[in-house]
Amino acid sequence: MERVPILKIGDVLLVSIQVDMSDQTAIQLQDDLAERIVATGCHGVLIDITALDIVDSFVGRMLSTIASISKVLDAETVVVGMRPAVAITLVELGLSLNGIRTALNVERGMELIAASRDEDAYEPDGDDADAETTATA
Amino acid sequence: MTAGVDLGAPRTQAIRSDEDVVRVRQLVRTVAVAAKLSLVDQTKLVTAASELARNTLVYGGGGTVEVSTVQNDRRRGVRIVFADSGPGIADLELALTDGYTTGGGLGLGLSGARRLVDEFDIRTGVGEGTTITVTKWSR
Amino acid sequence: MALSAEESGRLAGLLAEHTDQVVQRWTELVATSLRGRLSQAELRRQVMELHASMITAGESGLTDLDAEAAAELRAVLAELSQGRARQGFSATETAASVFTLKDVLLELLEIRQGDGALRDFVAFSSFVDQMGLFTFETYVRARESLIADQAEQLLELSTPVVKLWEGVVAVPLVGTLDSARAQVVMERLLQTLVDTGSPYAIIDITGVPAVDTQVAQHILKTVVAARLMGADCIISGIRPQIAQTIVALGIEFGDIATKASLADALRHVLRLTGLETPRRQSRREL
Repeated sequence: MERVPILKIGDVLLVSIQVDMSDQTAIQLQDDLAERIVATGCHGVLIDITALDIVDSFVGRMLSTIASISKVLDAETVVVGMRPAVAITLVELGLSLNGIRTALNVERGMELIAASRDEDAYEPDGDDADAETTATA
Repeated sequence: MTAGVDLGAPRTQAIRSDEDVVRVRQLVRTVAVAAKLSLVDQTKLVTAASELARNTLVYGGGGTVEVSTVQNDRRRGVRIVFADSGPGIADLELALTDGYTTGGGLGLGLSGARRLVDEFDIRTGVGEGTTITVTKWSR
Repeated sequence: MALSAEESGRLAGLLAEHTDQVVQRWTELVATSLRGRLSQAELRRQVMELHASMITAGESGLTDLDAEAAAELRAVLAELSQGRARQGFSATETAASVFTLKDVLLELLEIRQGDGALRDFVAFSSFVDQMGLFTFETYVRARESLIADQAEQLLELSTPVVKLWEGVVAVPLVGTLDSARAQVVMERLLQTLVDTGSPYAIIDITGVPAVDTQVAQHILKTVVAARLMGADCIISGIRPQIAQTIVALGIEFGDIATKASLADALRHVLRLTGLETPRRQSRREL
């Protein structure tokens, strides 16, 4: 079984999915990421799906789950690089990817993560639920 | 059944494992490219195939898929037949409802796949297995 | 069957015997029917080609235009009518180029006045009718493919996606939106977002007279798809009638931003991008 590599760049974990993932590989990635977030204490996860020519409901669910898990672990997940044909298909499929933040490319995704960390830092009372967890950051 | 003439020998692939679902996606992509479907239509068909192949594996206990190029009077298309000899579907209408699942998924497999293709035909009965035929025509 | 093998041979003989006269008279008649919109030399070349292939076909004992032996004759006729279709001649004018042959044949047979001249004329005439109908059919097909080509070109032309500002693209939609066109426009818009890395798109529908449920759905799906990709869409220029339609059809625009004009939409986006960098703004204030 193939494994998707996870890179650490500063405060962000970068996952660039380059292979047509089997369901097992997807589940493995989900587990690996949760562990790496805790091990590194990173506050951002960037998942680059530029190379994916389809996203089906399984991968869609994996992305949603990763976003939820990382939120619990105080990390922001941004999915970047979704192709137009993939987005059109997901809409038709009825998958809304609720709770996932998206950006057009890695650069914009990085900005988005930085901006959301800034918000936490500059307006600590902007989001009460987050305030307690970010206090340690 | 749906109209259209088969072109060339259909290509088959067994579905027994996760990796086979990946192979089905790649096979469908190859045939869809050869049939000159647009990029969006290719993506829709491959996504539908991925959903249905996973269903065949998870609910049907494995099976086979047959992919062929078809032609009617005006257009070319790709037809895919998924067949398993699993337990079958008891309540088809319910199974085709958005969000209904017995396997812990999102419940978008069948209903979503049906929206992604032009023709969708399902034959099933309790204890008789399930055969699903889908077709996507070029625009 | 239009004519017997013997009649066909006689037709070829008649045409071959009076080559100069036939070509001359036929060209004149066609020129009159087209009212001088093609040069005499051009017409003469076409008539001579048609004349020659009719003789070849007739000598081979051709009885029907659908026969294999008539392949060359059909090709010449097809080329003629396709040419006429492209040059914008009417169907009647195109068919007249063939039907005028009847007048020529009648004049020739009148001179001869022999036995069976009338019978021959009827037979020849029905063959010319076949040729005329074939020309007509080819003409219609040529026009149809011309229309299809133009529709496709129109689709290409009428869907520009323009960069409006750094990070903002706009697609000004003009004219009636059918489902096919809406789909093409939307796919192109999404691709442009990726190519230019623009996180904002403005869909301006000032120039769209009406929308139906399907088109509204296409626009909505595009907005959702753009969001999945990490971009925001703003719809501007919704006419009062369209707003009424949208409400009457019960289409949910939800939280999609709508603005009265393209200018308002751009202002809205620029304000958003300004707010997105609060740090830079506050520094400027210092």
